[in-house]
Amino acid sequence: MVPFAGYEMPVQYAAGVMKEHLHTRAAAGLFDVSHMGQVILRPKAGMEALVAGFEAMMPVDVASLPEGRQRYGLFTNEAGGVLDDLMFANRGDHLFVVVNAGRKAHDIPHMATALADVAEVVPVTDRALLALQGPLAETCLARLEPRVVAMRFMDIGVFGSVFGDLWVSRSGYTGEDGFEISVPAARVEAFARDLLAMAEVLPIGLGARDSLRLEAGLCLYGHDLDETTSPVEAGLTWAIQKSRRAGGAREGGFPGAARILRELAEGPPRIRIGLRPEGRAPMREGTALFDGDTGVGTITSGGFGPSVGAPVAMGYVPTPLATPGTRLEGDVRGKRLPVTVAEMPFHPTTYKR
Amino acid sequence: MKYTKEHEWLRVDGDLVTVGITEHAAEALGDVVFVELPEAGATVAEGDEICVIESVKAASDILAPLDGEIAEVNGKLVDTPALVNEDPLGEAWFFKMKVADLSVLDQFMDEAEYKELIG
Repeated sequence: MVPFAGYEMPVQYAAGVMKEHLHTRAAAGLFDVSHMGQVILRPKAGMEALVAGFEAMMPVDVASLPEGRQRYGLFTNEAGGVLDDLMFANRGDHLFVVVNAGRKAHDIPHMATALADVAEVVPVTDRALLALQGPLAETCLARLEPRVVAMRFMDIGVFGSVFGDLWVSRSGYTGEDGFEISVPAARVEAFARDLLAMAEVLPIGLGARDSLRLEAGLCLYGHDLDETTSPVEAGLTWAIQKSRRAGGAREGGFPGAARILRELAEGPPRIRIGLRPEGRAPMREGTALFDGDTGVGTITSGGFGPSVGAPVAMGYVPTPLATPGTRLEGDVRGKRLPVTVAEMPFHPTTYKR
Repeated sequence: MKYTKEHEWLRVDGDLVTVGITEHAAEALGDVVFVELPEAGATVAEGDEICVIESVKAASDILAPLDGEIAEVNGKLVDTPALVNEDPLGEAWFFKMKVADLSVLDQFMDEAEYKELIG
């Protein structure tokens, strides 16, 4: 057990990081992500005003999100840096938001201030959040709630069950097909035990959660994203829909628009890249990157990728060095070791589109 | 077999001391994915960081338990780091050292003392 965002969390369960990782990619892994912040935004003056207020907090199209769908979002600051990344869902008469555990103490007051006139910001404190991920996640969850079979990637649904109302989204953070399920706290243990009783399901700790998301090329806030890093530098331009870009119907109008729109037009000075160390030595967070004798950047996440069977990493370098195949060096314990810029994800994603 | 506080085991083989890490240490490290060994022939001093072990969780070092010379290293670990988890007390020895006087091993714990240390 280790401290994580104010919670005691297991790095691994009995199987260990390697087996837990590979099992998730081969069958189904169950993650307890109850530490994440679940928040309801209830409109005070109609959904339209709430949607407009939420759009004013981030460079993301909220208005076009249909009821029953979820989208990835990013709160930005006036300098164009990322305050947090999040998921938000349109539940018809309100929005449901899931933010990072380590940022909920920031995000909840941030939303309460920004949305003061348009929404009641209600932290959900009586629900646990589980993620079931992997190619057999659908088969397993369907035994408890058959209606999840009809969902596709980023769909959400509310299903009445013997465990109370399940708030289900077809999403996750491993690169695999899977679900996140918000369950009433009083019933979550029974729900989790039913899943863990299935031969296909293993509990997965923080270690494999990190290696799975790293192989999927996904950012971890506080490591690959922070208040100085813009979404464009982070390679998250796919999260900025056309409607919020130059020439779009609702161009700009979010914190940091000047920098973010400029970087979209001209390219950012530095950018997040994937890296494959050439030897077996993992290059971890903080590893300095060199082009010849010149320091050019830093690794922000790195480790061994069990499905890749080799070390993988991500970090930031000046944009001219970001082309896949570019050879750099990483400083590992005082030795310069070769590392090559690589495409991400390192392991193909299998979302059910 | 003798044990250090750093969870290494030491075994006298003829005039050499073979060094590895204990089962307890291997289990705590988790799945080992990378091992870096010293060079055979190197002269080392007690406390020198002479091996690197990286697991899926973290990086750690093996310190030289004694002053001496590295006589032999186990190259198999470089190609198959998982041996450290599979057979830490046997096939996954790290290096063999030449030391001036084998009696210096008396300072280390025996098995009963080590078991008490790890509880």
